[in-house]
Amino acid sequence: MIGQAVLPTPELVFEPLLPELVLVVFAMAGLLYEALAKRTEAVVHLSIGLVGVVLAGGTSLWLWDWDGPATVLGDAVSADRFAVLARLLLLVVAALGLLLGHQYFARSGDEQRGEFTPLLLFATSGMTLIVASADLILTFLALEILSLALYVLTGLTGRRAANEAAMKYFLLGAFSSAFFLYGVAMAYGATGTTKIAAMALALTGTGEAQALAVLGFALLAVGFAFKVSAAPFHMWTPDVYQGAPTPITAFMSAATKVAAFGALIRVLDVAFQALAWDWAPVVWGLAAASVVIGSILAIAQTNVKRMLAYSSIAHAGFILTGLTAAGSAGIRAAMFYLVAYAAMTVGAFGTVMVVSGRGEKRTRIGDYTGLARTNPIAAALMTLFLLSLAGIPPTAGFIAKVNVFSAAIDAGYWVLALIGVVTSVAAAFFYLRVIVLMYMQEPEPAAPSLTEKVGIGAENSATAILAIPAAATLLLGVFPGVIVGIIRDASVLRW
Amino acid sequence: MPDYYSSYGVVLAVVAAGAILVAVAFTAAKLIAPHRPLPAKLTTYECGIDPVGEGWSQSQIRYYVFGFLFVIFDVEAVFLFPWARVFESLGWAAVVEMGIFIAILATGLLYAWRKGVVRWA
Amino acid sequence: MIRLPFVLLFSAFLFSAGVYGVLARRNAVMVLMAIELMLNAVNVNLVAFSSSLHDVGGQIFALFVIAVAAAEVGIGLAIVILLFRNRASINVDEVNLLKW
Repeated sequence: MIGQAVLPTPELVFEPLLPELVLVVFAMAGLLYEALAKRTEAVVHLSIGLVGVVLAGGTSLWLWDWDGPATVLGDAVSADRFAVLARLLLLVVAALGLLLGHQYFARSGDEQRGEFTPLLLFATSGMTLIVASADLILTFLALEILSLALYVLTGLTGRRAANEAAMKYFLLGAFSSAFFLYGVAMAYGATGTTKIAAMALALTGTGEAQALAVLGFALLAVGFAFKVSAAPFHMWTPDVYQGAPTPITAFMSAATKVAAFGALIRVLDVAFQALAWDWAPVVWGLAAASVVIGSILAIAQTNVKRMLAYSSIAHAGFILTGLTAAGSAGIRAAMFYLVAYAAMTVGAFGTVMVVSGRGEKRTRIGDYTGLARTNPIAAALMTLFLLSLAGIPPTAGFIAKVNVFSAAIDAGYWVLALIGVVTSVAAAFFYLRVIVLMYMQEPEPAAPSLTEKVGIGAENSATAILAIPAAATLLLGVFPGVIVGIIRDASVLRW
Repeated sequence: MPDYYSSYGVVLAVVAAGAILVAVAFTAAKLIAPHRPLPAKLTTYECGIDPVGEGWSQSQIRYYVFGFLFVIFDVEAVFLFPWARVFESLGWAAVVEMGIFIAILATGLLYAWRKGVVRWA
Repeated sequence: MIRLPFVLLFSAFLFSAGVYGVLARRNAVMVLMAIELMLNAVNVNLVAFSSSLHDVGGQIFALFVIAVAAAEVGIGLAIVILLFRNRASINVDEVNLLKW
């Protein structure tokens, strides 16, 4: 019977996919350049990447005023403003990642890896695709596109630590993808569709299939919790963030969270919106576990990258706190947090890259002792980003935390908000410890000053790149209004 | 609402079944398996000729790359068969799309070739 | 006609066996194979649902999963081989450079 079925051919409207198409074309251009050119120049790779990201950003902006159908290509791709805003954020992070990576490979002894730019663009295309995906098949494919590219990026330098990180990331990531996939299969069995809009309709009437749907959601939640590194599925995060080359850590810590949360928001607030009473406790539990575990384990760390990794687990918890509020209120709080988080985490890891010098040395917290003397600019930047991560005004992190807590309280989850506030205070300790080390103590006499080690030119241009996230962190902290209107427009999911 | 809670019961049952399955497998393996370590057991053959060299026998690593490329391209062919069945009714758009799909694969192969992956050396 | 619940149970069993393999095996290649088993368990599930729902979508999805699984094995084996070259061991327990 199935063999005879004639599938209706969906109308081919490709415009809402333009950003991804542009990214993939430029990624392949990068591959061809690497393969065919006699001598490859790192600058050419960088330009290919940046032009691709800028063009993709331009097409995304154009989609802001898209007045065609809400979903295209057989209801698989969504063309709403939420997708546009999430894409723009991802593309900015990708551009910063490209620039930081260029500096990293330029100054390290490592051979310039021609695969860096194409892989980063492929990963970005998966990320931008997943936030626009309105079909769980496409969500799974996009998840794999971004994950597979990130596994390779993690191990790109071939150092032993990077290699081990890639292996751990791969094994646990593939393991979690299987859970995600099983969840999709269950949801498909429950509703007879993989399209999130049709799924929402099918779940509105409570039927016999409810149990399968809940089971499917539980498995999907495991997969998502792995990807956003929410506790208790966070085990891979510290190892991978520490072992991966620092610019790649900066890129993936920010971009993967934006992408996975974008997809999670669509799954929660569209596909499973009828089951809001079922999923809210799950999100509650993940949020509480993440903020507590992330904040407490961060205190014990001696490596800055590892400390920031635990901090990112805590931040995943804060974003989930905002998402306990169903609908557009939760989306607004989470989106603002994602914008702020992307700025401060790229900035913090970027500063770690500047301080660490060639390769991955000088990443212990002790190496930051007296940094204000040897490198005042890096110390000032690090202070700004750490204050923002701690949620201290006047930085973006403060406004973002206020937003998620008030969203959770409005939804009636004041206990969760209370847990969040208490752990924020506890977490401020380990952020402030680094600041104290940088400003209040003398540098170790043996520590060579940074400029000797790296060369002043490379260090200055890397620092200049960090001006962008620094400006964003301050701007969003002082004038959050500049983006609130945009986020309000983007917080309505069309389906 | 008994229906509501019974739907959780199913979830619980599945979770429990999964946990029990894993737990039983682990404990059964622990209990049933006799634990008598002998150095001889670590050898490739427990009787007969003493093995020479290590238990790891390495196969040609260069063969691996070919096996690898074959698997990847072989699996991509999975999309060609349904396409071949229906492309007549879908018209030129389908032909162009398949062309793009194959072009992307060809780019990957070209990259592998230029990087010297397929050279037998 | 095989009834749907039996197929679902079979697939759940395969999936659990895969989970067991990932948790119990120490050899990275074995872990990789266990993950493949999990993906294929899901494929069984998808095809079973597809046939019981008379909806071809599930089978299309299964095709995508097969392709993705091949790509995943490709990347995974490459990482494992790199690791073996670096350390002459692919025992997951010995991968311990990164610890807190």
